[in-house]
Amino acid sequence: MEKKLGWKNLPQNDILEAGTAKDFKTGDWRSQRPVHNPEKCISCFICWINCPDSAIIVKDGKVIGIDYDHCKGCGICARECPPKVSAITMEPEKK
Amino acid sequence: MKVAKTGNEAMAEAMRQINPDVVAAYPITPATEIVMIFSQFVADGLVDTEYLAAESEHSAMSACIGSSEAGARVMTSTSSQGLALMYEMLYVASGLRLPIIVAEVNRALSSPINIHGDHSDTMGARDSGWIQIFSENSQEAYDNLIQAVCIAEKARLPVMVSTDGFIISHCMEVIDMISDGEVKKFVGEYKPERYLLDIKRPYSCGALDLQDYYFEHKRQEAEAMINSKNIILGVAAEFEKSFGRKYGFFEEYRLSDADVAIVCLGSTAGTTKFVVDKMRQHGIKVGLLKPRIYRPFPYAEIAKVLSKVKSIAVLDRSDTFSSYAGPLFTEITSCLYTAGVNVKAVNYIYGLGGRDIGIENIEYVFKELLKISEGKYAANIVNYLGVRE
Amino acid sequence: MKDIIEVRWHGRGGQGAKTAALLFAEAALSTGKYVQGFPEYGPERMGAPVQSFNRLSDKPITLHCGITSPDFVVVLDPTLINTVNVVSGLPETGAVIINTEKSAAEMCQKLNFKGRIFVIDASKIAMECFGKLIPNTPMMGALVKVTHFLEIDAVLEDTRKKLNKKFAHKPEVIDGNIKSIKRAYEEVKDE
Repeated sequence: MEKKLGWKNLPQNDILEAGTAKDFKTGDWRSQRPVHNPEKCISCFICWINCPDSAIIVKDGKVIGIDYDHCKGCGICARECPPKVSAITMEPEKK
Repeated sequence: MKVAKTGNEAMAEAMRQINPDVVAAYPITPATEIVMIFSQFVADGLVDTEYLAAESEHSAMSACIGSSEAGARVMTSTSSQGLALMYEMLYVASGLRLPIIVAEVNRALSSPINIHGDHSDTMGARDSGWIQIFSENSQEAYDNLIQAVCIAEKARLPVMVSTDGFIISHCMEVIDMISDGEVKKFVGEYKPERYLLDIKRPYSCGALDLQDYYFEHKRQEAEAMINSKNIILGVAAEFEKSFGRKYGFFEEYRLSDADVAIVCLGSTAGTTKFVVDKMRQHGIKVGLLKPRIYRPFPYAEIAKVLSKVKSIAVLDRSDTFSSYAGPLFTEITSCLYTAGVNVKAVNYIYGLGGRDIGIENIEYVFKELLKISEGKYAANIVNYLGVRE
Repeated sequence: MKDIIEVRWHGRGGQGAKTAALLFAEAALSTGKYVQGFPEYGPERMGAPVQSFNRLSDKPITLHCGITSPDFVVVLDPTLINTVNVVSGLPETGAVIINTEKSAAEMCQKLNFKGRIFVIDASKIAMECFGKLIPNTPMMGALVKVTHFLEIDAVLEDTRKKLNKKFAHKPEVIDGNIKSIKRAYEEVKDE
């Protein structure tokens, strides 16, 4: 369990350090997971542009996979992937 | 240097000498001249300020908040309806702990529409988390505005310094101005610990804060207000050391041996001093307590200095419409009660919409007080002074 | 002498009653006095009767109430006498100074005032000295004479300094104004 800070230790001025969303693993909210097929993928970056959680991993100018620590399984990437390509499919989360 | 300045001119001159990074304002009577004169300073290149003419007071305060969070030293000026329109943003400024300074000119609130001086506007903002400093005259408005910069930045709380509309804002008086160089040295350079334009140390501000953290942040704000008391006294001590004029939480005028006393804010305190001197010449022991710092309210200190008088009259230049008393009266009686000080206290609500309060009005109050302290007279607790029946 | 001297100016919106009160305050400051100068607090309308006020003292002034019983009244516009009770609250020990071509005796009948009445044709002086029908600077000269509170030379010097800043490009305005103050100081009379 997260230990919440009291008023004496809480940072002043209602401020938060920047970029802390990265440290918060939201991936376990998922009921469906996107699966990326690198052989079909044409690296058009439409999924990367549309992903609300910045969970599309890009390396050396290519989409290489999904960041499952932060992907919430919304399915936008699979829907936006061009139908002729269909490089991302949604599958039930197996836990 | 002794110069003749109106209250508005004095505040504009103080702003020029402070030379803030940003001033965002929407001028309003009777504070119009403050930003009017200041914008001329900007146009003449006498200050380095980015002046932003906003489309409303709400926007003006919003721009102040953005600029302050970005790391700028920020000032604005307003009055009455203008302060009322800022209301929502006042809480954002204090909640974000931004040291914004407002030069406020006290004016009545509509309706009926009225442009004259009373304290309804600032009293409406008394629980918004701002430090509030009342000034008796142009000199105090000038000195308070300069001190406000240091107080705000040390306490990390916004400060509003107020004067009475027209009575002070448009009255030319002799003030002793400090040299530009000395003011610059006194207020120093603003170096915020964190600021948004510091791209090497980025942060988020104003985030959602629900049941789990909001209360802790508000508790911090309350603590900041408590801590600001020592900061206010420290800045006043430094100011006195540098420029010789003494300031504290309040001014006691011939109070130490007084039988009865008036407690009032702003310009009325000046007229009361005149009456105190006059009555003292006839051997009547009357005195005055003039609170300067209204937020944080110096509860314990006020209870202590009022403990020796037999009866007090608290004069309120605004009403709470609570079916009871004015705001200053409830503060004063609350601090007397909790300190166990048993002093008879009555309230006079006066001067609404700029209704003049003359020597004879104040003499009347003192005479009523003398009757009360002799136990001869059962007065109403709350009275309206100077209103036609 | 009273600790505080109080002056009320009567004029019409646009005639410079407020400016006169402020100029007079600044001139008094230059002689080391403590001063207040403030206008009647209200919406300003061109031509409407307006008032402004001064307090002068050797000591700092803490009073911040209105002036209802002045020691001196200055009337910038003679037509005001028919519409405004210019001597309202003025005690018989006080004095009124009126810009008029008429005599003090005539004014006395009109005003029904038992104290001292001074007259000065400040409009004529203004026209002759600087060619504008703005009688406020000469009336200041008359007031200095009647109050006996300030040194005329100090007032002239201070006014010249102020005008020098404002009218550096129009020296004739400065000399004209100074001359008008001097003339009014000399010509104001109570007969």
